[in-house]
Amino acid sequence: MSAHAGPIDHHHDHTTTSGIPNKKLFMWGFLASDCMFFAALISTHVIYRLHPTPDTPDVRKIFSIELTSFSTFILLMSSLLMALAVGACQKGKVEATRKMILGTIFFGIIFLACQVYEFFHFIHLGLTLSSSMFGSTFYTLTGTHGVHVAIGVLWLILMYIRSFKPADAGRAWIARALLQFAAFAFATVSIMIVMLAITHAGAEQGYSLSSALGALHHTALSTTATGVFLVSCAILFVLGRSSWAVDFGEANAVDVEGMGLYWHFVDIVWIIIFTVVYLLEYL
Amino acid sequence: MEATLKTDYNAKDHAPIAAARPWFFTRPTAKTGLVSWLTTVDHKKIGVLYGIFSLFFFLVGGFEALLIRIQLAVPNNTFLTHQLYNEMFTMHGTTMIFLAVMPLSAAFFNYIMPLQIGARDVAFPRLNGFAFWVFMAGAIILNVGWFTKAGAPDVGWFGYAPLTSNQFSTHFKGDVSTDLWIMGLQILGVSSVIGALNFIVTIVNMRAPGLTMMRLPVFTWMTLFTAFLIILSFPAITIALIELMMDRSFGTGFFEVSKGGLPILWQHLFWIFGHPEVYILILPAMGIISEILPTFSRKPLFGYPIVVFSGAVIGFLGFGVWSHHMFTTGMGTMATAAFALATMAIAVPTGVKIFNWIGTLWGGQIHTRTPMMFALGFIWMFMMGGFSGVMHSAAPADAQQQDSYFVVAHFHYVLIGGSIFSLLAGVHYYFPLVFGRMVSEFWGKLSFWVIFVGFNVTFFPMHFLGLNGMPRRTAVYDGNMGWNEGNLVASIGAFILGIGIFIYFVVIIRTYFKGQVVKRDPWDARTLEWAVPTVPPPEHNFHVTPTVHARDAFWYEKTHAKEIAAEKAKHAQEEESHGGIHMPNQSWFPIFTACGMLIGALFFAHHNFQGAIVGGVITLIGIICWAFEGPGGYHLHLDKEGNVTRDESQ
Repeated sequence: MSAHAGPIDHHHDHTTTSGIPNKKLFMWGFLASDCMFFAALISTHVIYRLHPTPDTPDVRKIFSIELTSFSTFILLMSSLLMALAVGACQKGKVEATRKMILGTIFFGIIFLACQVYEFFHFIHLGLTLSSSMFGSTFYTLTGTHGVHVAIGVLWLILMYIRSFKPADAGRAWIARALLQFAAFAFATVSIMIVMLAITHAGAEQGYSLSSALGALHHTALSTTATGVFLVSCAILFVLGRSSWAVDFGEANAVDVEGMGLYWHFVDIVWIIIFTVVYLLEYL
Repeated sequence: MEATLKTDYNAKDHAPIAAARPWFFTRPTAKTGLVSWLTTVDHKKIGVLYGIFSLFFFLVGGFEALLIRIQLAVPNNTFLTHQLYNEMFTMHGTTMIFLAVMPLSAAFFNYIMPLQIGARDVAFPRLNGFAFWVFMAGAIILNVGWFTKAGAPDVGWFGYAPLTSNQFSTHFKGDVSTDLWIMGLQILGVSSVIGALNFIVTIVNMRAPGLTMMRLPVFTWMTLFTAFLIILSFPAITIALIELMMDRSFGTGFFEVSKGGLPILWQHLFWIFGHPEVYILILPAMGIISEILPTFSRKPLFGYPIVVFSGAVIGFLGFGVWSHHMFTTGMGTMATAAFALATMAIAVPTGVKIFNWIGTLWGGQIHTRTPMMFALGFIWMFMMGGFSGVMHSAAPADAQQQDSYFVVAHFHYVLIGGSIFSLLAGVHYYFPLVFGRMVSEFWGKLSFWVIFVGFNVTFFPMHFLGLNGMPRRTAVYDGNMGWNEGNLVASIGAFILGIGIFIYFVVIIRTYFKGQVVKRDPWDARTLEWAVPTVPPPEHNFHVTPTVHARDAFWYEKTHAKEIAAEKAKHAQEEESHGGIHMPNQSWFPIFTACGMLIGALFFAHHNFQGAIVGGVITLIGIICWAFEGPGGYHLHLDKEGNVTRDESQ
């Protein structure tokens, strides 16, 4: 699986002066920088909450704290899966790593879907980017965080695809990787459309199984999206069942760990945003 | 453990060589010619690229300064329109800071720092190339305005709100100069942060055996501090620029007073970045000076730990003084007093450094070669700039000096007398290392004296102009204000300075082609960058990774030649038995990805979001291919005569 003959020490890299792997140190440095990035953004939001403009809406009437609490919980749980993925990779368990990465992707997409729904919903209620200073700071802050999550999901998807790289360098796999990537892209977009259709139907007719199923063929778009989602998932399922020896394993644990550091960081930032932007409004 | 390591290396060596890869993953191997420069991952080549382009932009910025001085030479001049004048001082400041001094420092970081720590390259060679190409993308975006109807950015290098708001730049459709400024700075920030992260990892992780942190050359220490300042301060301006971009492109009101925005917020965010930025400009300069002074005083740096520690203190305090740029905004007495005190405190570590440099000179055998002349000029001129800096730190005095030519005099004394003098010294000092040729003493010293005289004639009168009330950034002044003589003298000085810089460049270019060829270590230097086997250094820097036994590692090598030779022979054998010298492969994807960013940013600045998405997709494809191409690498084998053979095993 890996070219290394001896056991790999995941906490000490003998080729570097400090013993910390280069990639890990790079990620820590980047996260330090990103801390300042979010500190500046969150400060902007707080400053304008303390100097509210006259057009500030009644925030509690707009927020749906139940939904955001749910998506926060989902994001926290995705961190658990991410940690399990790192652990599995450090033990060289490729299958388990893949499953945990898929789980993290799934939870990450649920979080993003909640945010997309939330944005649609808030705009429906009249809170837009330019409707008030609150809208400007809220969407810029949570949107930037959402972009971080989306980049994380993209990274996870690429890592998942990377885990299928065959050990036999002669075996062609790039077309396969592209197909896998396209399937992920279509699945992500289509599930967003489906979720939006379901929640809109639920909001209009009450949440029930029949309203959800009805939403799936309510419009041409939602019907197509449902089909695309099912086909993409089928492709992913088939392509996910490889049996050849792969060039991915314990030696890649540092890559998965770096990705994990990023994911946990984005998660921690969300805990702060959830507290400052949402919970403090209810004090 | 040792046994596992050996098998580990052997297993890698005898691993099968990768079979044919698809054409777009083929690694370029050109060592000369255009492709070798476009795809380079060699820190020395990247350093040279940074050097060439930063010196080019230094000339561009200097030309803009001369135009400004022509306009101000006489009262009520009509040489430049007011609009053009605004563009000149904006682009002069932005160019000199982001496209001249920072990348020239980066040139030294790239070229010198890995040599000083005995490394063969930086930690992430492709990322290093990427940082350079992203810098070029940012430089193009910032300057592209000159060639459009909208003109260059005209909001000042500080871009104060509300000057940047839409209502001041919608005279006609397509006036995007401010958007170009935003995207240009944003992209340059990406370049700086990526470069800085790379340097941090390199210094922490890639030091030669025996090179403990407290043996690091001071320039490497200053590289490390600068890198930390960059990664921690740039996010503030990134956010400020994102918010401004949202205001201009998507109708938010972060800095729009009519929508309840607070222009003062821009000032805070800008200066939280902007003040550490001035230390980003001066700390590398201090590092270069700390290398030159010991070499030409023939003794070790005086008080090494104190010099390092005061560098750290300057960097740390640098984050707590930003509001001294805002004393006149009415922050309240408490905040003003606190920031004034913190600012005064920063003079302490800076003064300590000055005393250490004087201590290095004291009792030394001083050789006044050209680099040393610039270094001595640095100490004196930087002190003058420091003194006027302490004067500003007193808030009541600052209320008089704010936005006057006194401030202009101050920061040119620290930026030219400080950073530029030191960087010019560095160019002279390292020219033999980089190109194997030495600048002639006569012409070098002549350029120094002309620059020194021209600089003082230009900027010393500005102190008095400022105290007599002449405001910054005014295109014209009346003849009855008592500013005529000072301005005329300053303009004459500017041309003397220009002539000095011209001599300097002609001499450098002539030396590159016809200068005296020198052997390695022409200055009898002390630090590891001079321990390379030849000048210019071979691709792999050192035939054998050096082992460091003392702080001035190369000096120790020269005084312990026998032991070092025996040790090197032993290590050479070990290295060969471990598979030879590992070198990184060249790659197309750094420049490819940077091109994607350039395209995306240009479209974005023109509010063409489909085009921006196309640029983003190109960037993404570049990143993915980059990742899947893998780090790669090859090995070099040396025989007894130092001949190099290459094998492609990774």
